[in-house]
Amino acid sequence: MNDWDRFVFSFFNSDVIEQYLPSIVDGFFLTCLLAIQIVVAGIALGLVLALIRSLKFTPVDLLIVLYADLLRALPPLVLIILFYFALPSVGISMSGFTVVWLTLTLVLGAFAEEIFRAGIVSIDKGQWQAARSTGLTHIQTLISVVLPQAIRITVPPLTNRTIAITKNTALGSVVGVGEILNQATTAQSFSGNASPLMLGAAAYLLLFIPVVVFGRWIETRFAWKRQ
Amino acid sequence: MDILVENFFNLAIMQSALPTVLTGFGMTLLLVAVVVPVGFAGGLLVALVSGARSRLLRWPMIAYVDFFRAFPPLVLLIFIHAGLPFAGIDLPAFAAVTLAFFLNTSCYYGEILRAGIESIGKGQMEAARSTGLTKLLAMTNVILPQAVRNVLPDLISNTLEVVKLTSIASVVALPELLYSAEMARSISYNASPIILAAGLYLLLLWPVVRLLSRLEHRLAA
Repeated sequence: MNDWDRFVFSFFNSDVIEQYLPSIVDGFFLTCLLAIQIVVAGIALGLVLALIRSLKFTPVDLLIVLYADLLRALPPLVLIILFYFALPSVGISMSGFTVVWLTLTLVLGAFAEEIFRAGIVSIDKGQWQAARSTGLTHIQTLISVVLPQAIRITVPPLTNRTIAITKNTALGSVVGVGEILNQATTAQSFSGNASPLMLGAAAYLLLFIPVVVFGRWIETRFAWKRQ
Repeated sequence: MDILVENFFNLAIMQSALPTVLTGFGMTLLLVAVVVPVGFAGGLLVALVSGARSRLLRWPMIAYVDFFRAFPPLVLLIFIHAGLPFAGIDLPAFAAVTLAFFLNTSCYYGEILRAGIESIGKGQMEAARSTGLTKLLAMTNVILPQAVRNVLPDLISNTLEVVKLTSIASVVALPELLYSAEMARSISYNASPIILAAGLYLLLLWPVVRLLSRLEHRLAA
């Protein structure tokens, strides 16, 4: 074998690819499933917390700020390890999938809360006053007048943050969640061949290139103006 | 409650794990001191080239950025660590981590700096050039200082992410903070060392998170 043949044999081996393609496809769908559940739950959590904070009830506000600070300051992998390996010793056992979902949902919730909050605060006081003077209640003003304007300016930062956090689903491979990376490394060690890694890379490109391009489009579409 | 304290806030175990965990913390700081400047320098290059007038320079750079932003950083790291040996390139863990971080963070720093440079009006460059500065000098002395100031919150926020991200080096057995704490946990069968590590991450990063919140609120106001 010359060098080129050896390279093709190690990285683009058709036999190995054929054998492990199904498991990479499984991993692809699991990554999608996990990502969708994180995005939906995390953004909903962030929005609810930001709405609660806008009611300005100090003790609850402090708790939310503490939560958001902790989850933004700690590396997600530390939390995953803590939840997966340490919680069982106090009788709380969760599957790897649940741990990753819970951790990343809490992390996204923390970032989303801060972004929604910044959006709500950025809306001019006059909007509140005008809406209240037409007879809307505080909650009605928030939902019908302030939020629709606030959400518009939160779209670009929220999109970027959400994309970054969904990519963290790869951390699931550390606690045995059969997502793309886990399937690829398992197949690589079984086959002693790097082709499954190339398959995994292709799966990530297939999944995230459209997402990254979408993020770029969002950024120009809703240009986030700074004063 | 007792069982919680015993398993998570066990002072005796924390004390015996402290030297290991602190050594790990030192490694984390060293890693940060290497990957942040390297990534930032790469990002500067990315920003300057992707803002070039020539499409021949600009488009490959945009492709580079989108390609490497599509991969989760852990995936880049694992591929470099587990895949490159098949091509006869066997990097030590620290080098593998540095390379993976460079490929990832240079893209993010690059995008932020490009946005910063684009936020500066054309008149600044024209005025600087008309005083006789070369293009390079105008960029380094006039445009970049203003650009960096405009995107400072994003730069700090990205640096915070990079510091947090160093924890993935534990996956390739680089003995940084999380790896050391995980070692101590598996020896003692007790989670207190992980809590200790979390405490050190908070000590390092909580002030940064607070600073960011204040910067962002000031921008929003």
